[in-house]
Amino acid sequence: MRTEFSKEQQLLRDIVSRALREKSPATAVRELMASDRGYDLAVWQELCGDVGLTGVHVPEAHGGAGGGAVELGIVAEEMGRTLFCGPWFASAVMAGTALLEATSDEVRGELLPRIADGSTIGTLVLDDLNGPGGVGGSIRAAGDGKLSGTAAMAVDAHVADLLLVAARDDAGLGLHAVEGGAPGLVVEPLQVVDPTRKLSRVVFADVPARRVGDVTAGALDRIWDRICSAFAHEMIGGAQHLFETTVNYTKERFQFGRPIGSFQALKHRCADLLLELEIARALTHHSARCLDAGEGEPYVASMAKAAAADAYMSAARAGIQLRGGIGFTWENDTHLWFKRAKGSEVLFGTPAIHRERMMTMLEGAA
Amino acid sequence: MTADEIRREVSAWLDANWRVDRPLIEWREILLEGGWAAPHWPEEWYGRGFTLDQTMVVAEVFREKDVVPAAQVGPRGLASETILACGSDDQKRRFLRPILTGEHTWCQLFSEPGSGSDLAGLSTRAELKDGNWIVNGQKVWNTSAHHADFGLLVARTDWDVPKHQGISYFLLDMRQPGVEARPLRQMNGHQSFNEVFMTNAVVAPEDLIGGEGNGWHVAKTTLSFERRGFSRRVRGSSLDGPKQGPIYAEYEEELRIATEPYTWYPQREGRVDLVLPRARETGAINDPATRQEIAKLICLYTGARLASDSAEARRKAGTTEIIPAGSIGKLAASVIARQASHVHTMISGADAMLSGPDSAADGIIAEVLVSVPAISIAGGTDEIQRNIISERVLGMPKGFRADQGPFRDIKRNA
Repeated sequence: MRTEFSKEQQLLRDIVSRALREKSPATAVRELMASDRGYDLAVWQELCGDVGLTGVHVPEAHGGAGGGAVELGIVAEEMGRTLFCGPWFASAVMAGTALLEATSDEVRGELLPRIADGSTIGTLVLDDLNGPGGVGGSIRAAGDGKLSGTAAMAVDAHVADLLLVAARDDAGLGLHAVEGGAPGLVVEPLQVVDPTRKLSRVVFADVPARRVGDVTAGALDRIWDRICSAFAHEMIGGAQHLFETTVNYTKERFQFGRPIGSFQALKHRCADLLLELEIARALTHHSARCLDAGEGEPYVASMAKAAAADAYMSAARAGIQLRGGIGFTWENDTHLWFKRAKGSEVLFGTPAIHRERMMTMLEGAA
Repeated sequence: MTADEIRREVSAWLDANWRVDRPLIEWREILLEGGWAAPHWPEEWYGRGFTLDQTMVVAEVFREKDVVPAAQVGPRGLASETILACGSDDQKRRFLRPILTGEHTWCQLFSEPGSGSDLAGLSTRAELKDGNWIVNGQKVWNTSAHHADFGLLVARTDWDVPKHQGISYFLLDMRQPGVEARPLRQMNGHQSFNEVFMTNAVVAPEDLIGGEGNGWHVAKTTLSFERRGFSRRVRGSSLDGPKQGPIYAEYEEELRIATEPYTWYPQREGRVDLVLPRARETGAINDPATRQEIAKLICLYTGARLASDSAEARRKAGTTEIIPAGSIGKLAASVIARQASHVHTMISGADAMLSGPDSAADGIIAEVLVSVPAISIAGGTDEIQRNIISERVLGMPKGFRADQGPFRDIKRNA
């Protein structure tokens, strides 16, 4: 298993990084986070169509670039760095992964090309966002296939054309496709801590749906792992941005006649932060390589998610603290990343949940 | 030469020369003459100018054939590499051979009670009197000094210039009346180091190395060798299992003496390897709080190893970025050891009060608990590593310094 990025992967990172720096500056983030829709349609179409960001991990046969978790991670990392606002994570990572892991080739052939080119915005609706073990308790599919129940929170469901819903029927947990705007479907936008990621409550009242695949326990774990690995990349990108801007700030800000970055209290905090970030980044990149190669520790994704979430919050706390008062103002951009870090810490399982998941995979349940 | 060519040549030479019934030093004399004692050294000094990879091939063949190598364990390796890099031809002629044969052992005389992290603030005094250097002062943390024949000594020869410029580096004969080594007992009960007192100790002028006032440069050379896997060599030299033949008895005794100070080193790293077995054995593996801490340890340990592998791969690929591998690795080792010690404490519970044969893992766990504090101090404290990382890697500004100007005027410990 290789431990470094290939030239092609490095090129992908450069392209994505350049595109996002141009299309997703902090001014755009502020504008979009205040909007109901939460993304810019023209930018979305350009990133999906021209740059192909929603299809990096989709097989070529289904209209994608044929990459894997590493390529998906590269895009996620750059998205997290710039705090990109848009349904990329919901559509490409969540819905895309669910289709890849839990549906037949026929279904994939029908639905994936639309995800890959961005013409359809998908999302994955899970009634528990803490861990795979709790999924499937609140939404049921009746004999006629219609769905009833509630998902307390779903990512970007307010703009989704295609909702893939994990719901239970007599055959067990299945993946059910629901068209956006279907009768009986109510999507209620929620007030959120991190306005750069839109969440909605999704209520199903006899909503017509099509069962497109089985979600076995194994498939759900694989979906969860791939989402968490990509998510860890997104967090690493954000943490790296916070880290770099914070270190730079300490070099420019003067107090007591000297740059505050010359004080050991701040230098040592930054050195510790670098160490935490390096470890989390190594685990995160490792998780994607293992998922692609089908080897490595069975709990790689949980290691990555736990370490990246902790490192992101450490960088976010330091980002505010080392800036002092100005870091606590609305005008300063640091809080945008702080809120993303907080939201990311708890979505798809807190670090504590992932550490317990690691131990269960390693040693069995307590 | 390719690996196969080296392999063939060294094998043929060993088949003709290696015998287990030779006295140790006699064998190493033959090894030196044959040019296989230090293959990575230049040809004019017992070597063949091999790369490290080529040298590894030679070492591999030695191990396969259970051949006793040149003496390399302990501080003597620092001495030979420093003399090779900075010494005069006369010094190389006099000192290198008996280091390789194992006749001479060495120690490092760097740290002082008054200058630990601030090594360049040392105040051991060397003065030229009647043609000889006369040394007065005290050193500390000197591994193997109690049986060493020579010491690598840094001392101040000029008090009127800035501190780094007034230091000179000497090769000190330890077997003289003016030098006394006293064992130093550590908090974990081991005596791995000494204090060395020098009272009018004498150094001949030809044993000054690198020139007067150039000692800091030479010391940095020694320290860079120390960082580059001195401890790795300590662990890597033992032959597998007991071997029959008189030379092995001599060699094992040499190794025993040289490695005795390091027997607790695995414990200061936290014994991560014992965490899961101990957690299973005690049932602590079922405690949710302990499971959290074990998982954190696994993340730290795995992540640090991966980060170090990645840094190594980038370095080999010739990256231009500043890779903080050394300092980051050292800081990571501290964090890992502390977390492992914390986890061992949780696992043992009240049993962590015991030490010795009645305690967990035959006293190993108790030794972990009282040895881990050393890892964040030895070889540069965590605080110094953080300074290095923040200044050299992150480019953060240096802080205010109170040690500029002539050394004589700088405030220091009494």
